[in-house]
Amino acid sequence: MDLLTFARGPALQWSVAIFFLGVLWRLFGVFLLRRKKDYSKPRSTHLWRGAVKGLIVHLWPYKEFRPKVVQSYILGYIFHIGLAIVVFFFVPHILFIKNIIGVGWGGLPNSFIYITGAVTIAALVAMLVKRIANPVTRLLSNFDDYFSWFVTIAPVVTGLMAAAHWGGRYEHVLAVHILSFELLLVWFPFSKLMHTFFFVVSRGTTGALYERKGTSA
Amino acid sequence: MAKDDDKEQTLGEVLRQQGVSRRGFLKFCATTASLMALPPSMVPAIAKALDKALRPSVIYLSFQECTGCAESLTRSHSPTLESLMFNAISLDYQETLQAAAGTAAEAALHDAMKKFHGKYLLLVDGSIPVKDDGVYSTIAGKTNLQIMKEAAEGAAAVVAVGTCSSFGGIPKANPNPTGAVSVGDLMKSGQIATKPLINVSGCPPIPVVITGVLAHYLTFGEVPALDVHGRPKVFFGETIHDRCYRRPFYDQGKFAKTFDDEGARSGWCLYELGCKGPTTYNACATTKWNGGVSFPVESGHGCLGCSEPDFWDKGSFYAPLSTGHWGTAEGIAAAAAAGAAIGIGAAAMSRRHQDTISKEE
Repeated sequence: MDLLTFARGPALQWSVAIFFLGVLWRLFGVFLLRRKKDYSKPRSTHLWRGAVKGLIVHLWPYKEFRPKVVQSYILGYIFHIGLAIVVFFFVPHILFIKNIIGVGWGGLPNSFIYITGAVTIAALVAMLVKRIANPVTRLLSNFDDYFSWFVTIAPVVTGLMAAAHWGGRYEHVLAVHILSFELLLVWFPFSKLMHTFFFVVSRGTTGALYERKGTSA
Repeated sequence: MAKDDDKEQTLGEVLRQQGVSRRGFLKFCATTASLMALPPSMVPAIAKALDKALRPSVIYLSFQECTGCAESLTRSHSPTLESLMFNAISLDYQETLQAAAGTAAEAALHDAMKKFHGKYLLLVDGSIPVKDDGVYSTIAGKTNLQIMKEAAEGAAAVVAVGTCSSFGGIPKANPNPTGAVSVGDLMKSGQIATKPLINVSGCPPIPVVITGVLAHYLTFGEVPALDVHGRPKVFFGETIHDRCYRRPFYDQGKFAKTFDDEGARSGWCLYELGCKGPTTYNACATTKWNGGVSFPVESGHGCLGCSEPDFWDKGSFYAPLSTGHWGTAEGIAAAAAAGAAIGIGAAAMSRRHQDTISKEE
């Protein structure tokens, strides 16, 4: 079995299985936790409205914090949107997803995807530099932060390398690209990457709590 | 089959006897140099070397194969320079082409092996079964492995013609009931003598590729530069995809959705229809087939990847390259159920722990 067949076959099956096992473990484990009872009298009972408001309001930093964090927000948006474009609008990726869920959609020209990938990498590198350069964020960072960054950037870098025929024979680089994505899948549920699922819940919960307390979100 | 007294003639003499003009010969040398990515300054050197080269004795052995490779080599446009080249070698044994049969054919093989010991070029077509002492394919009461062992011993070099002899090919496909292996596998495992080996893979290989390899061997007296799979880099250095005339449409994101739809006829990329061009190294897109008429992708079908090892076991020919090999969904469903169960268990333990703390308080 060559490396590409291994990456497309057993490695993919195992990594997807681990991904689903881990994600459902975390989701059930967290959602079924008992919440502390709040005995205070609610100032508002429109908690869902508060949750939605919380989600929207937190898309951009508060005015007071803006000078300090706006750069991080912008870089964060660039690489998140870039990732979404690369993952969901590159035709081979769409075919991969269509093969699993049975539904496909139109893709974007490859050159646009390559440029987006390069911009995504630049934003991710800039964020890492910012993290390390700032003594506070450096102190707060642990292995999870750095490894999650690595497994996020690795598939983009190896994908571009495969497209550009860098670093070896195409089928080997393609296999490494798929394996790097599988590493992301395996690491995902047990790391901060779970924010993909949890950010909606945590921001919604915060928004609902603010609504109940009658504070401005 | 060539006559014995032809063997001392030089290649140039034979070609002239067959009516090939000096101009035609030089054209062939220039084409060969171009195919092998050699500079134009090498053309006179090739011409000189080929002109003076003695007709090499070639033994062509066929094992577990379909004769498609021999068909490919002999059914090229007539008369091509490839076929002249093929005539210009002294083909001392080839089961499909030789007039002799039975003991006479076997005698021709053994005579050639004896007379040109250490000098003949051994062309092998087909994989070699090794399971159960190789009983699954025998010729004249001998297993393919025994024949290969004897023939490899006195060969100057071995050319594995086609994917079966290069990598095992279709006979080696899962579950490989005959234990089929390639020539290279036999050399690696020490079952036959290790000789310079050139893999000319393809199902079948391109005629001009085998001619080019022979010309290179005659000109330089050594095997050409080979890739990781032992194939000549000059022909297997680039993928079908990179040299494909449909490639610009891949870059533009324009893909044929079905065979013979408007996109397919307009030359759009066949990636979505399962083309294996991106991972297949061969010269089809440049040299093409049938005298440069066309090649599979040009005629509307995706590349099968036939020149790659284990191409038969790499999933459907019609599934896009980027799709995974899932097998069944049960494993994923079981993992999801296990994850949910562990999550529920973890939450239950946490609640019990909370209860215990509350009671203690």
